[in-house]
Amino acid sequence: MAHINRENGVAAGRLDPTQVADNFTDLHPEYDGHEALVAADRCYFCHDAPCMTACPTSIDIPLFIRQIATGTPEAAAKTILNQNILGGMCARVCPTETLCEEVCVRETAEGKPVEIGRLQRYATDTLMASNTHPFTRADKTGKSVAVVGAGPAGLSCAHRLAMLGHDVVVFEARAKGGGLNEFGIAAYKSTNDFAQRELDWLLSIGGIEIRYGQSLGDGITLDALQSDFDAVFLGMGLSAVNALGMDGEDKDNVSDAVDFIAELRQASDLTSLPVGRRVVVIGGGMTAIDAGVQAKLLGAEDVTIVYRRGQEAMAASSFEQELAQQKGVTLICNATPVGVEGNGSLTGVTFAYTETQNGKLVTLDETFTLPADQLFKAIGQKLGDTPDALTLEGGKIKVDDAQRTSAGGVWAGGDCASGGDDLTVTAVAEGRDAAMDIHTSLMGAS
Amino acid sequence: MADLTSNFLGISSPNPFWLASAPPTDKEYNVRRAFEAGWGGVVWKTLGMEGPPVVNVNGPRYGAIHGADRRLLGLNNIELITDRPLEVNLAEMTRVKKDYPDHALIASVMVPCEEAAWKEIIPRIAETGCDGFELNFGCPHGMAERGMGSAVGQVPEYIEMVTRWCKEATDLPVIVKLTPNITNILMPAQAAKDGGADAVSLINTINSITSVNLDAMSPEPMIDGKGTHGGYCGPAVKPIALNMVAEIARNPGTHGLPISGIGGVTTWRDAAEFMALGAGNVQACTAAMTYGFKVVQEMISGLSQWMDEQGYNSIDEIVGRAVPNVTDWQYLNLNHVTKARISQDDCIKCGRCFAACEDTSHQAITMSEDRVFDVKDDECVACNLCVNVCPVEGCITMETIAPGAMDERTGKPVVDEYANWTTHPNNPSAAAAE
Repeated sequence: MAHINRENGVAAGRLDPTQVADNFTDLHPEYDGHEALVAADRCYFCHDAPCMTACPTSIDIPLFIRQIATGTPEAAAKTILNQNILGGMCARVCPTETLCEEVCVRETAEGKPVEIGRLQRYATDTLMASNTHPFTRADKTGKSVAVVGAGPAGLSCAHRLAMLGHDVVVFEARAKGGGLNEFGIAAYKSTNDFAQRELDWLLSIGGIEIRYGQSLGDGITLDALQSDFDAVFLGMGLSAVNALGMDGEDKDNVSDAVDFIAELRQASDLTSLPVGRRVVVIGGGMTAIDAGVQAKLLGAEDVTIVYRRGQEAMAASSFEQELAQQKGVTLICNATPVGVEGNGSLTGVTFAYTETQNGKLVTLDETFTLPADQLFKAIGQKLGDTPDALTLEGGKIKVDDAQRTSAGGVWAGGDCASGGDDLTVTAVAEGRDAAMDIHTSLMGAS
Repeated sequence: MADLTSNFLGISSPNPFWLASAPPTDKEYNVRRAFEAGWGGVVWKTLGMEGPPVVNVNGPRYGAIHGADRRLLGLNNIELITDRPLEVNLAEMTRVKKDYPDHALIASVMVPCEEAAWKEIIPRIAETGCDGFELNFGCPHGMAERGMGSAVGQVPEYIEMVTRWCKEATDLPVIVKLTPNITNILMPAQAAKDGGADAVSLINTINSITSVNLDAMSPEPMIDGKGTHGGYCGPAVKPIALNMVAEIARNPGTHGLPISGIGGVTTWRDAAEFMALGAGNVQACTAAMTYGFKVVQEMISGLSQWMDEQGYNSIDEIVGRAVPNVTDWQYLNLNHVTKARISQDDCIKCGRCFAACEDTSHQAITMSEDRVFDVKDDECVACNLCVNVCPVEGCITMETIAPGAMDERTGKPVVDEYANWTTHPNNPSAAAAE
């Protein structure tokens, strides 16, 4: 049996390096050629395929699977990337079980869909391994566009604009691009530095410059971008997090789940990353699951995710919930935090049970305390400060069907914009669609 | 329990499943294991003249067509007759027949088209104790270039002549194996009959190129950059074989001539179909080459179960049972009307029926916003394509419209009386309807 460090508190090296490495291997390992052919054979090449309709980027799934089946995965990749330039990452992180694979007719027929996500990964990985870029830039238009944020929305928008012949400058707050692909996704979904490799590959189309360490209000302003560029696309995501708003939230070892996830993704040695012996995660979305599961995989003895509503209301997909349970994470639903325990350091979190009465969540009197030496908050992210020129809607930048904001010449997409469902694939679709509208707008005006 | 014993041409075997003359029947080691696995008989791989045996290529001998999941649907080969010395084969056949007296052992033979050659080798082979002969007039590659195999089988006069020589040389049953590489199977079949053949077996392999190597720009199988046509077999050729068997069985001139059915027999059902169309037994090969000798056990259990379910007691009861229902197009009942019916409970909403109907011709299937597929009776010509492309067996079926009910497509009630093209008013040479 491998060594386990059961020390109380938050400590590094709870598991030996081999165990950690094993825990963080690819969640869905890549297909080899034979597996891909067998999986592709199962596709029925449906008419007006339901999977294609379910895909936010409308990838022609039956076509790309047929291209794999006929021995042309590179052509399959082009079919995918033409609709979704981050098709490689989406193949890894898309909740396919609630999108394309959920509506696959073989799910209906046999309860076992064609493994569309893994096939997509096979195609895109094959193409990327050949170090080629399937798209070329159109003749230069002489127009330049500013993109704020080098996450999925910004990169998708930038690539499409560059392809259409525009020059693009991307302003990225962090020192690295990729956005949530780089900082906000569980490590076992994006192994071998994939987000950076995909970013480099995407940029190889040319015409895109990234300026790091700059964000709205820090080095650049929307006004300046509007005057310096022909159009502006905002895809800076959600930079702030929601707080519990209770005493004790400032205790040691109480932190935001997104920071833990980012730190973990950037760690060069996972055994050096400290984690609690008993970890509590508050929240019910993908972030809560990613934090909880990774804490467990780092060697936390007990990990409990506590969600205030019923399990059916969790934003995390059932696949993600099952994954958490499979990894030994406990899910407690219908409980809301009412106290953070401990003098200085955290010792436990107290919860009160909840119940939905007449459609309203009601906190009950009965409470319980979970011993904890680390608490992660995963109760949602929100938009950071935005320029006054932008109208907000539901806490996000209001956009119309073409991703136009209320400010002239400014488009927005991804998590910072209204609509969408905070998925990588939706952000990619919005970035792409904004680019098409920017293009129409710029070229129509000339 | 149905009796599967076969008594084809008076040759008894425990069941009607024989292994065709091919690599699996090339030697004692194989044939013994085939019999142990359950095969009722074998046609020993074709024997040639005494003397130095033929040689095979030393590169690939087979080409293939695959279906989903790389299932082998069609196989072609450029192998020749046995490349082992005649004496070795004869000694082995003698030993095997002695140890398996209840199993059928047929000798396939191919020698040059000379009377002396046939009359010399036939009695010599008979000494092995074999139960009969199969004259290989079918092999379409290699041997045909030397004036044997299908080169003989494509000339009815030669078939008749050689068959007669063989009948004169032996009292054992003589089966003539026919090549499908002709335009009308009745002519070689008739020739065999006229020459005194006890039976015909068919089909031998079909001339084919299975694929082209697009890097080397050569047919496959490729031998040092070149390829040649080979003999095609396997499940893909079954429809061609069934038709040829049925033609011989229903043609007045050849009706009653015993037939050994060959061509893509892979399951019990394939065998039952061949026999229903007139084959007294079947020969399989590709199935054994693909899955091994054990595959016969499913054929035995399946045929037995089906016969029990249908109340058939013996093989004789099924042989030729479908032949009376094989007819010419002109006699099909034009007043018989069917319409496609889609079971919504079974439908998985793939839309393949819609795409097929829409893009093929008839636009007789509708698709709703929520992917419900329905048949438009006023457009449905009952072509059956939707049934064939549907991935769920039994989901789409053809419903017969009862006489008197309206055919929405023609706007006329369905007529009860049988009527065919020969009397149809649109037929310029129609006989006056009385």
